[in-house]
Amino acid sequence: MTVQSDRETPLLTIRPSKGWVSLKLGELWRFRELLYFLVWRDIKVRYKQTVIGAAWAIIQPFTTMVIFSIFFGQLAGIPSDGVPYPIFSYAALVPWTFFATGLANASNSLVGSAHLIKKIYFPRLVIPLSAVLSNVMDFCLAFGVLVLMMLAYGIVPTVNVVFLPLFLLLAFSTALGAGLWLSAMNVQFRDVRYVVPFLTQAWLFITPIAYPSSLIQNETLRALYGLNPMAGVVEGFRWALLGTQRAFDATILVSALASVFLLVSGAFYFRRMERTFADVV
Amino acid sequence: MGDLALRVDGLGKQYRIGKREAAYRTFRDALADAFSAPFRRVAGLLRGNAAAAADLSETIWALRDVSFEVKKGEVVGIIGRNGAGKSTLLKILASITEPSEGEVQLYGRVGALLEVGTGFHFELTGRENIYLNGAILGMSRAEIKRKFDEIVAFAEVEKFIDTPIKHYSSGMVLRLGFAVAAHLEPEILIVDEVLAVGDAAFQRKCLGKMNEVAGEGRTVLFVSHDMAAVRKLCTRAVLFEQGKQVLFGEVDEVIDSYLKAQSNASSVIELPAGDPESPAYGTRIEFRDSAGQLRSEFRIGEQWQVVLHFNVRRAVKHLIAAVGLMLLDSLPLATYWSLPQDLTAGQYSATFQIDFPFKNVYLQFAVGISVLERPVYYCAGIGQVRILDVAKDEQPFRSTGGILNTPQTTRIREVSYALDG
Repeated sequence: MTVQSDRETPLLTIRPSKGWVSLKLGELWRFRELLYFLVWRDIKVRYKQTVIGAAWAIIQPFTTMVIFSIFFGQLAGIPSDGVPYPIFSYAALVPWTFFATGLANASNSLVGSAHLIKKIYFPRLVIPLSAVLSNVMDFCLAFGVLVLMMLAYGIVPTVNVVFLPLFLLLAFSTALGAGLWLSAMNVQFRDVRYVVPFLTQAWLFITPIAYPSSLIQNETLRALYGLNPMAGVVEGFRWALLGTQRAFDATILVSALASVFLLVSGAFYFRRMERTFADVV
Repeated sequence: MGDLALRVDGLGKQYRIGKREAAYRTFRDALADAFSAPFRRVAGLLRGNAAAAADLSETIWALRDVSFEVKKGEVVGIIGRNGAGKSTLLKILASITEPSEGEVQLYGRVGALLEVGTGFHFELTGRENIYLNGAILGMSRAEIKRKFDEIVAFAEVEKFIDTPIKHYSSGMVLRLGFAVAAHLEPEILIVDEVLAVGDAAFQRKCLGKMNEVAGEGRTVLFVSHDMAAVRKLCTRAVLFEQGKQVLFGEVDEVIDSYLKAQSNASSVIELPAGDPESPAYGTRIEFRDSAGQLRSEFRIGEQWQVVLHFNVRRAVKHLIAAVGLMLLDSLPLATYWSLPQDLTAGQYSATFQIDFPFKNVYLQFAVGISVLERPVYYCAGIGQVRILDVAKDEQPFRSTGGILNTPQTTRIREVSYALDG
C-alpha cells in the first residue's frame, strides 16, 4: 500500500490578487484555439453582414489615396521622396488603415464582448488580441492592390522587402498596445468611445502619410519623431517596398522601442484592470 | 484525503456601489469638487486603480464568510433567494470575478455553465456555432469534432445544421446551446439555473442529462430555485441568505429550512397588470378566514377563502376565473374554477372557498382568467399561505407523514361575483 501525501495540491487556487500581476502568457497560449475561433468569427461575420464585404478593405485606403494625391500631391505639391505620389501615399495608407481599424476595434472589443466576460472565464487578453488580428485579412487585400499598383508603376521592390513583416509586426504591436490601454479604460469610462476617433485623426496628421518624414532635416528631431511608432512603420514600409533613401535610421529604431514599450505597458495595465472587468462592464 | 473536489475558505466579495453624498459646506467647495473630481478619477484610471477611478466609496458585501468543502462525486445544491449571493459564488468559482477575501482551492478542471449558448452569433450556422461555443467553453477543436454528431443529435437540429441560427426558433437555439454544454467534460461542473428556460420537454431532457452527469461520479454544483430539481439531483445543499452562508448539510434539511425562512407571508398580494390588450386582468388576491378577516396562516380543517379581484376592460362572454394551489417548489396540488359568466366592463371579485385537507405546508398560488376557452391572464408563484398542523377545534386528521391526509373530493362552495365599489 502506497502512502498518500496528506493533502493533494490543488489544481487551482483562487484568491484576491494585489497590485501588478503576471501576464500569464502560458495560459494565453493554452487558449490559442479560442483566439483562432474568435478571429475566424470576426472575419466571417464581417464578410457575411456587408454587401460588398471584402471590397471595403480596399475602398477605404484607396479612396483616401485618391484624395491625398489630388489635394496634397497635385494641388499642394508636397514632395514624395522621388516616388510617384499615389503610390507614396498608398504604401503608407495600407499599414495605417490596418493600425487605425485595429485600434478602433480593440478599444471597443471588451465592451462589445461584455456578455462573454460576465458569463465565462478565459484570459481576457484574447479579446483585444483577436480584434486586431482579424484585421490582418483586410490588410492582405489592401496590400494586394499595392502590389498591383507597383506593377503598374513598374516599381521593383528592393531586397529590403524581407523586412516588411517586421514593420507589419510593429504596426500590430502599436495597435494592440494602444488598444489594450484604451479597451481597459473603456470598461471603466465610456469616454474612450469619443476619444478614439479624435485620437486616430490627430495620429494620422502626426504620421508621415501625406508627407515624407524627410521634411524634418534635424537628426535629433527625426529621432524624436520616432516616438510616434507609426512614423517608423510608415517609413519602414516605404523603405522596404519603394526603396526610399532612409535606411534603418533613428526614426525606425525609436519607433520600435516606443511600440514595444506601448505593448508591454498596455499588457500589464490591462492585466491589472482585468480583475474588475466582470464587475464593471 | 485526496477525495476533495473543492474547498471554499472564508470567501467574501465586496462590491462598490455608490458614492456617499458629500456634505458640502459651501457652494465653493461643491464647485471645487466638481472641477477636481474628473482629474482625480482620470489619475486613478491611469494608475490602474479601478476603485479610485470609479470614485465609489460605498461598499456592500455580496458574499461573506463562506466556507464549505465538497467531496469528489458529490452533487451539491446552492439555494437562496434572489440576491442572496449564489451567482456571485459561482462567478468566483468559475474565475470570472475575483474574491475580495478568502480563497478557493479547486482539485480539478472546472466547467461553468452560467448561461446557455454563451457567445452564439446569429449570423453563423449551427455547425459554426457549435465550434465557436465549444471553444468558448474550453473544449479543444479535436474534442468538439469527436462529439459533433452526438451534440447535433442531442439538440435535434440535424436538418438545420448549416442554416444560420438567426432562422432558428428560440427553442432550437436553446437546445443547441445546452447540447454543446452538456458534452463538456470537466471534473467539477458548475450549473446556474439553466434549466429554468425552455419548455417542459426540454427541461426534462436537461434534468435527465444532469442526472446522468451526476451518476458518472462527477462533482456538480447546482444553483436553482426549483426545489424539486434540487431535491432530486443533490445530496447536500448550501443555503445563502443576504450574502451569508446560513446552512450547509443534507439536502432535505436545507430545503426545509429555506422554505420556512421564506414564509414571511402576506395576506394581500397585488398582481402584475399583464397584457394591456387582454380583456380582463387580475389586480390582487387576498386570503381571508371564514369571518372575512385577512390572514395568511390557517389551521388545518379550517375553512378559508381566496379572493381574486380582477378588472374587465370590455364586455366579455363566458369568463372563468381560476385559482391554483401549489407547493413552494411549484408542485401543483389543485385548481379551483368558477362557473362561466358573461360580464360587462368593471371591477369584480371572485371568492373561492378552500377546505383542502393539508397540514403543515406552505402554499403558493396561480391565478388565471379566461374568456370563451381563451386564456387572457395568468400569473403564477404568488402569495404564501401557511397551514398549521394544529386543528381548529378538535384534531380531525391523524398525522400520517404525508402532506395530504385524506383524499377527499373538494368542490368550490361558492363563487360570488360582485361589482366592487
